[in-house]
Amino acid sequence: MRNRYNLAAVLSAVILVCCGALILGQKVNAAGEGKITGTVKLDGTAPHMKGIDMSKDPYCSKAHASDPGHLETVLAGQNGGLENVVLYISEGLSGGALTEVPTEVPVFNQKNCMYMPHVLAMDVNQKFKVVTSDQTAHNIHPLPNPMINVGWNQSQPPGAPAVEKSWKAAEVIPVQCNIHPWMHGWFVVVKGPYATTDANGSYTINNVPPGNYTVTAWQETYGTQMQKVTVAAGKPGTADFTFKAK
Amino acid sequence: MQTTVRKWSLLLGAAAVLAVSQVAWAQLTKYDLESRMGTESHIGNITGHAKDAKADYRRYCVVCHGELGDGNGESFPWVDPKPRDFQLGVFKCRSTPTGTLPVDQDLFDTIARGLDRSNMPQWSTFTKQERADLVAWVKHFSPRWVSEKPGTPIQIPPEPEITAERIKAGRDVFAKVQCWKCHGVQGMANGPSAATLTDDLGRPIAPFNFTEGARPKCGSTDQDLFRIFMTGLDGTPMPSFADNIKPEEAWDLVFYLRTLEPQKSKEKAIAKQLALKPVDPNAPAGQQ
Ligand code: HEC
Ligand code: HEC
Repeated sequence: MRNRYNLAAVLSAVILVCCGALILGQKVNAAGEGKITGTVKLDGTAPHMKGIDMSKDPYCSKAHASDPGHLETVLAGQNGGLENVVLYISEGLSGGALTEVPTEVPVFNQKNCMYMPHVLAMDVNQKFKVVTSDQTAHNIHPLPNPMINVGWNQSQPPGAPAVEKSWKAAEVIPVQCNIHPWMHGWFVVVKGPYATTDANGSYTINNVPPGNYTVTAWQETYGTQMQKVTVAAGKPGTADFTFKAK
Repeated sequence: MQTTVRKWSLLLGAAAVLAVSQVAWAQLTKYDLESRMGTESHIGNITGHAKDAKADYRRYCVVCHGELGDGNGESFPWVDPKPRDFQLGVFKCRSTPTGTLPVDQDLFDTIARGLDRSNMPQWSTFTKQERADLVAWVKHFSPRWVSEKPGTPIQIPPEPEITAERIKAGRDVFAKVQCWKCHGVQGMANGPSAATLTDDLGRPIAPFNFTEGARPKCGSTDQDLFRIFMTGLDGTPMPSFADNIKPEEAWDLVFYLRTLEPQKSKEKAIAKQLALKPVDPNAPAGQQ
């Protein structure tokens, strides 16, 4: 008898939570219309991106026979647009916009002995995948601060299945391949909506409800910059950033 | 005398600065540790209690692992590889997957075994109870044991018969997953990537040399070898192969690894009969 009451209680709790989730979900969808857009530029001449000597692995050097690999620590386009800058909201988020975890699964590919993309942004607890397109073995070895996230180290020989993971806390995490020491990239784990600049330095952060925010731009060589932005209903916020070339 | 003392304190001072920059990750205080003094370990039917290991730790371990367990003991400057920082909860020798905590038994075995090719001695004189207490003590340094459970130990199927087929198949695995990139085609620690390897602290680290007759840090039985390459040695370049080597193939690889060692073994005798050659890194995939 007692048990039945308990069951009823649990059931109604489940129903309540489901309804709650539906209502909340709708709210987030409405919020989804807001966005922050802008461009990130480099002021000055981009530093020379050194070529990479891949001769230790014939597979890698052959893959780059006509298009030599080079460092990717500062990638500036023709108009000075900076690629691979991560933008996220460092202040002002609350509720679903902060806690909602995107369902899409970003992919980090090992291709021609380089990381594609070189910088992969993601939300806390968002699933991401590491895959390999190469016919040479890699090991994928992120190096978080062990006091914040837990690192791991997995081999990915040719034909290896994808490694699917997530990170439990916000952190900028370097990732490397020990077999190919030039392979160095980043997992940028943030809380809430984010975007990464394209080759022109443009970005759009979606799913931002109306409100006042601080947007942070992270670039691996130049560090971070912040700006205040207001998003109004039906009116996207804009924030352009400029990093000085060093 | 005066100057010697001064020289020493200078040296120690410099070492301390270096040490601080090395272990900038560690942030725990005595206060945090007090609160975890109730940490336990469970080894079979023995329960270890952290608080009971305090004296033994002081006496035998603190010179290297430090008062706060951060690996920053007095010996830090002179020891390479560096003493483990227990606050991070990252361990080389585990039966559990990469990125997970070891089970108590793993730490229990490690303390008795010591870590070959390092300053970490073998500790065979402790009673089992004392060793279990030390395991609990080691655990109390890391908050990870409060927030996480240890990983699930990987499955090791029963060891099959050693056959020529299995040894040849093991050689194919060694070639296919490319152990030789680091360990070299003959297991001499001279693969194309060996020279540039660094551990998670950024210090140079050499792959294991199979041809020297040395003992692996994490044990030298067939089961230990199986575990080593399936779980990896966290904190080092040695990755986990659990996703890419099936348990059956893993036994083949264990048998093949034995043929690289200088010690006499059934595997070595068979390899000799077969006139087994080292893998050819230039052979197309699947054509060793
Ligand atoms: C002379 C220095 C020294 C002393 C004394 C010492 N250790 Fe260590 N210990 C080390 C070093 C160095 C390492 C790391 C070795 C390596 O990474 O290969 C280590 C690593 C460890 C590890 C980590 C094993 C793993 O899987 O990563 C444990 C656990 C450990 N020691 C426990 C102890 C305990 C318990 C005592 C005292 C009974 C002790 N150590 C005394 C130097 C020492
Ligand atoms: C990215 C380079 C790399 C690759 C690839 C690699 N290893 Fe290792 N391996 C290492 C390093 C570095 C160590 C030394 C770790 C230490 O001393 O702490 C090591 C250590 C070992 C050890 C000794 C562990 C111990 O307890 O001392 C064994 C056994 C081993 N590797 C087997 C393998 C096998 C089998 C493969 C292929 C399936 C493989 N390794 C692939 C780098 C690598």
